[in-house]
Amino acid sequence: MMIDPLSVFILLLGAATPILFAALGELVVERAGVLNLGVEGMMIGGALAGFSAAHASGSPALGFLAAAVAGAALSMIFAVLTQFLLSNQVATGLALTLFGLGLTAMFGKPYEGVKAPPMPAGPLQLNLMIWLGLALVPAVWWFLMRSRPGLILRAVGENHDAAHALGYPVRALRIAAIGFGGALAGMGGAYISIATVLQWTEGMTAGAGWIALAIVVFAQWNPWGVLAGAWLFGGVTVLQLRLQAAGVAVPVQLLSMAPYLATILVLVLISARQKFGRSGGAAAPGSLGRPFHALR
Amino acid sequence: MFRLEPRASAPLLWQVATPVLAVLATMIGGGALFAAMGFDPLAAIRTIFWDPLFGPAAAYSRPQLLVKAGPLILIACGLALGFRAGIWNIGAEGQYIIGAICGTAVALAAYPLDAFWIFPAMILAGALGGWAWGMVPALLRNWFGASEILVSLMLVYVAQKVAAWMAFGPMKNPKGFNFPGSRNLQQYDAAANPELIAGSGLHWGGVAAVLALAATWFVMSRHVLGFHIRTAGAAPRAARFAGVRPERLVALCLGVSGALAGLAGLFEVAGPAGQITESFGSGYGFTAIIVAFLGRLHPLGILLAGLLMALTYIGGELAQMMLNLPAATVQVFQGMLLFFLLGFDILTRYRIRRRA
Repeated sequence: MMIDPLSVFILLLGAATPILFAALGELVVERAGVLNLGVEGMMIGGALAGFSAAHASGSPALGFLAAAVAGAALSMIFAVLTQFLLSNQVATGLALTLFGLGLTAMFGKPYEGVKAPPMPAGPLQLNLMIWLGLALVPAVWWFLMRSRPGLILRAVGENHDAAHALGYPVRALRIAAIGFGGALAGMGGAYISIATVLQWTEGMTAGAGWIALAIVVFAQWNPWGVLAGAWLFGGVTVLQLRLQAAGVAVPVQLLSMAPYLATILVLVLISARQKFGRSGGAAAPGSLGRPFHALR
Repeated sequence: MFRLEPRASAPLLWQVATPVLAVLATMIGGGALFAAMGFDPLAAIRTIFWDPLFGPAAAYSRPQLLVKAGPLILIACGLALGFRAGIWNIGAEGQYIIGAICGTAVALAAYPLDAFWIFPAMILAGALGGWAWGMVPALLRNWFGASEILVSLMLVYVAQKVAAWMAFGPMKNPKGFNFPGSRNLQQYDAAANPELIAGSGLHWGGVAAVLALAATWFVMSRHVLGFHIRTAGAAPRAARFAGVRPERLVALCLGVSGALAGLAGLFEVAGPAGQITESFGSGYGFTAIIVAFLGRLHPLGILLAGLLMALTYIGGELAQMMLNLPAATVQVFQGMLLFFLLGFDILTRYRIRRRA
């Protein structure tokens, strides 16, 4: 079997892109102190909305735009429930995932067996979404670590009571972050349907949203770590597909477990480092997952 | 404008009223969705919620109620223990699949022997398989602090791959004309889980569900363990001072809910499903999460919620046949129901006051 490192790397970049988008979005959400477990639901929503818009218009760009809108719209259900009605974030995120999977299964039927319009190639054989994903990493890093709104967003995530006392709009910032996370998750999902699989199938995100959530933990809430995590995941996926294609004497079903097992492994490694490591590593945002209720 | 005032304790009235309100709101929301899709909303709601029980085909669909409610209730009982303690097992679907595979393995190993111990041994294997699959996230959380939410969920996908592997590989029926899928256990008397009373839909899974409800009630309201679970969920720090050891609670809750999900899978594969196939997992593990919440993590509530969710499954199938409604309607309904439930829950936790 010939393995050309460059072509493998290009495949890896493609496999990593959906996770990169979704995980970067969730990173911003979690940095604002909100845990949205609905990434999978928003991704699948974006996958269908993006695919149907791209198919109807013939333009992948319009598809990704529609996917961002759909992902953000789904995330607003979560935002209203958790920010105004103060519902449990774990349960609400789970509900969003179940709802998204059901809604897309319901409306996706007419698109089964339809082909996506071709993605135009960008510079260096890489399409523009791969480049956009790569550009988002430093952009999100700069926003969170170097800009004033980013500083306020992190303050809200670390201690919402203190941020509120300083007069920052905790709820508005969190809603904005949730919407941003939804838009990126939607685009990540659309990448799977428009650029990778090239068609729509029910439940096609196959846990990518959950893997993105795990990668945020693996990244210790740092955008560069998300990039590393997404590449690691992309590498495992490509390797697994290569081994399948090469006809290794291991059943296909066992090989295709690799991304999920790898996710568990990195989750365990990073959690162990946080628990036992001397340096400790970065901890989760202080207010992560806690509902905010201003008494005055 | 209005402001929210936290309540010191949740009044019983609202605890009971919010799930009912959520169901009504779901019917209205679902009706609006059907109307938007061009279906007659009243006919759709009647087909889903009324016809399975009292419609013309009720004689066929009524027994299905127990067939579908059994696994949901069994799984939800286990989940309720953990959710009360703030331990989130959302991988019941995986534990369900592995329980079914382990039980089937016992049956296939014994085939074609006819012995009384085969079915009990399968039950044991199913429970152990689910328990082991649930203990993985428990141990990884206890040893390394890994999130049990993500680990248990990842293991659902792994379990689905195991089921596919079994159906195509080790468990493939040698007399199955090369189709994927195991032998049909319904045709193997010593391993089958048949209907106990003809026409009732009750099989051993339903019996186990009732026992699980009773056990959950006893543990939660009469045993010190229930006190520990509730304290750990409400005030983790206080629980430590009260002598609760969180690691043991994590192992216990995930292990027990895994075992119950495994049992549900075993009863399903030996009964209604009959065989391990690639798509054996049918989403009961996820719907059971909704059942647990809708039932307010209380045994009586879980019983009612399980029956209601079973009704939507049957009604959904009926609506698919009679009105040509999409098959995924039920999933949308269930998601919507959970949204409304979580939204209305604010009424139990806060008092709404007019701002002075």
